[in-house]
This record gives sequence, C-alpha cells and structure tokens, in this order.
Amino acid sequence: MCGLVGLLVKKPALYDTLGALMVPMLIGMTERGPESAGLAVFTNGAKKGELKYNLWANTTDFNYWAGLENDFNQHLGSKVRLSTKGNHAILISHLETEVVRTWIGEHFPGVHILSVGHNLDVYKDIGTPAQVVERYDLGKLKGSHLIGHTRMATESAVTPAHAHPFTAGTDFCLAHNGTISNPFSVRRKLEHFGIHFDTDNDTEAACRFIEWCMRSGDDLETAIKKCFEELDGFYTFLMGTRDKLALVRDPFACKPAVVAETDDYVAIASEFRSLAQLPDIKNASLFEPVPEQLYVWTVEGKA
Amino acid sequence: MDLSKVSVRELNQYLHHDLAKAGVKHVNITNPDGAHNIAVGLDADVSVDIQGHAGYYAAGMNKTANVTIHGNAGTGVAENMMSGTVRVKGFASASAGATGHGGTLIIEGDASLRCGISMKGIDIVVGGDVGSYSAFMAQAGNMVVCGNAGDALGDSLYEAVLYVRGEIRSLGADAEEQKMTEQDIKKVGDLLKKAGFDYNAKEFKRIASAKKLYHWNADAKQEY
Repeated sequence: MCGLVGLLVKKPALYDTLGALMVPMLIGMTERGPESAGLAVFTNGAKKGELKYNLWANTTDFNYWAGLENDFNQHLGSKVRLSTKGNHAILISHLETEVVRTWIGEHFPGVHILSVGHNLDVYKDIGTPAQVVERYDLGKLKGSHLIGHTRMATESAVTPAHAHPFTAGTDFCLAHNGTISNPFSVRRKLEHFGIHFDTDNDTEAACRFIEWCMRSGDDLETAIKKCFEELDGFYTFLMGTRDKLALVRDPFACKPAVVAETDDYVAIASEFRSLAQLPDIKNASLFEPVPEQLYVWTVEGKA
Repeated sequence: MDLSKVSVRELNQYLHHDLAKAGVKHVNITNPDGAHNIAVGLDADVSVDIQGHAGYYAAGMNKTANVTIHGNAGTGVAENMMSGTVRVKGFASASAGATGHGGTLIIEGDASLRCGISMKGIDIVVGGDVGSYSAFMAQAGNMVVCGNAGDALGDSLYEAVLYVRGEIRSLGADAEEQKMTEQDIKKVGDLLKKAGFDYNAKEFKRIASAKKLYHWNADAKQEY
C-alpha cells in the first residue's frame, strides 16, 4: 500500500500557496505510507541554458555542501549556485548534464542526484509524511503543480533513494501505488540502451521506461499505451512534466484514486480523506478515474 | 455525532453499545471526510445519515439498520452486509457490496470495478454504470444495473442473477443472456421501486450462469 497526491493550481496567483495546500493532503496519506515520503514540485525555472540538480546526501553538515560547491568551482572552473536545506541541496549549473553527473559520481559518491530539470525540484526521505514535510519545510514550496507519495514498501529497501517520486531525463517525475512484477526484464531491456539505474526499485523501471519511450519520440499517451503491454503488475501512476500533471490506472484498477476539480485547482489523491481539507472541496467536482484512461491536466500559459 | 470531534472508534462503540440502551432511532454523522469504517457492524433498528463522503468499508457487515451516505463511498461499501438497507447518494468505489449475504444496497451514481464480487444473497441496485469484473463469482442475490456494465460481467456466476438496462462491454466466463420471464420483470420492478428509480423493468436484460463451469469436466482439458 502507498499513498499518492497530486495538485495543480490553475491561477498564477495561487502558486505561492501550492505547498501549504499540499501539506494536509500528504499527511492525510500517512496510514497508507508511514515510512517514507516524497514530493516533486515544478517551480520557477533555472535560467536559460542552466539546469537544476536536486541532491541528497546522508549528512546535514553544512560544511559538506560548502566543500562540494568549492571543489566543483575549482575542478570544473565554472561557478555553480548552491542552496541547501539539511540533507538536501539544489545545484544550478550551465555545464553539460553528463559532466555534472560524472563529476558528482567521482568526487561525491555519497550524493544521490534526485532530479535534473529546468523547473523540477524533488524532496524525498524516510520518516512519516509529517516529519519529511517539517524537515524540508515543504509547506513553503511555491509552484504550479506537484506530485507526492507516501510509501509502505512491498519490495526493495526503505531508503531515501527508494522513496518516490522517481525521476528520469529532465523535468519528468513519476510516483506509483502498486507493484510491478517484471521490473528486472524492463531494466535489462533499457540497460542495452545505456540507461543507468540508481536503485533496484520497481517504480524506477517504470519511470525510466516511460521517459525512454518519450525520448524516443512517443508522446505521453503512446508511452502509457506501451506500459499496458510492457509492465506486468498493478499500478496507479501519477506523473509530472514541466507543464503537465498526468494520471493513469492499470486495467484492473486495484489501486485507488479520486480526483477533485474546482476553478482554482485539480487535486488527486488515493483516497478522498486527503482531499477533505482543501478549500471549497464541498463544491468541487469529484470523480473516480477509470482504468486504462490517461488523464492529463496542463498548466495554463505553460503549454 | 461530529467526526471532526469524536473518533470513528468512539462513534462505532456508541452505535454498537449505547444506542440500543438509549432507545435512539436516528443518528446523524457529520464531517465524515472520507474516514474508514464509518458505521460498520451495526445490529440495531436505527437509521443513520452520513453527511458527506465516506472512506473504505462504510456500513460494512450491516444488520437491520438503514444507512444513507449523502456523498460518495470508498472501497467496499456495505461489504458482507447481512440485512437492512444501505444507500449511497453519490458514486461508490470498487467492491461495493462484496460478499453481501442479504439486505439491499442502492447506489444512485456509478459503481466502480468488482461491484457485488462474491455476493451471497444481497440485492444491489445501481442507478448508473458498474465497472469491470462486477458480480465475479456471485453466488446468490440480484444485481440491477440501470446504466452500462464493463468487461467480464458475471464471470463464474453461481445462482445470482444480474439485470442490465444498458450496454454490456463483455460477459465473463459462463455468464449468458437469458430470456426475461414475468417473474424477472416483477423482481426488477420491485427493486427499482424500492430504490426509487423510474425505469421500465422490461428494458432490462437478464444475465445468469450457463452452468457449464458448475461441475468438474475431466474432458475439458482445462480449456474453459
């Protein structure tokens, strides 16, 4: 069992409230996933030609991050911008992604790259949703849309890296409620194409498979149709791209989802109890998404 | 009872123990906010109104009581119901009325997948559509669907009978359409009246077991 939440605010005036609206949603899913929680949020972008790297390290030592910044600048002769919050850091650089990845891998192997993108930030860690929210001050997040996850592991270890959402490529994230039965055959297929995996988690295989399909030219809808063929198992997927929030349930739809929509927002959760605290929820239009249908909401003005 | 002030456990303990002593015949529950297990295991002649959306297993194992959910219901509403009536004014999520032994479950909106799975005598009336795999291995009772049905309706049916007014995307193994008899029309008419749905019973199709899976057939070589 796991909990999913998704939120897209329709008016730029509401971007400042995105985190505050999300907090009761994520905490509402504590019973479905008490051991890890995570959030992927689409915020203000990096400057043109730059990319944001969200990093996680098993230390809250500020000097560690300052050392990383210093070494990066010295070794690569390129000034990065770094903002940190405990274990978490956001590094902004205009260097090639592979250069940054390789350098971090070689010099700071304890650092886990959570995400790469223009707009995407990812926070995930072990602990209850309330603890993770407090640790990273997630209530203050601003942005247009987000996906969140609370985890109760049924396979693979409970570590920050195994928490959801997962990311692949740039500005793509996925959170999953369910179990994929054939992640290793999907991995073997993708590894032939040089795709690297960070963990042995089943959701990471699904995330990288969808991103690989899209990088190969498919749109999201075609990539999801390939999932129905390729992925064996149960899943409700929540996905985020720079300007879209998407939801799909497998043909058996064992994993729940409910959607609420008002003039101000689209909110998705595994169960209604995570939507109950949203403003004007009594007048929201509610529905249960049907299996095998891709639901996509686009951020106004970002398409 | 206000569920923003009392816990579901306190509410259910009141419904199980204190209600009968006090001779209370009506309970109003406010702010359900999708909580699980609201009003489960009732065994009293009482009417309960839930003012909002209920979470998993609302009114499960109900006996005698009449429960109305003025909103939507989560997974497993009225599961394993024994008698009485449960009415959902909105839509119901998966496995509504699962394994129900008796009583009547009325869903005014749509019911999701696996509605009436393994039902054992309950009557289920759905105002809208039912999702795929509904009435899977249904053993006894009746299901009346005023809208459409999804895939594999009535797979491996036993003695339960299904009546569908709209389209059926596909029938499950061993389920077949059969001729509506006068008895069927009367039964559907009575259930529609009880549910308060204004449809003509003659518009419904009867789906029941072809009884080819009833007995082990050694010659079938597992080719069902």
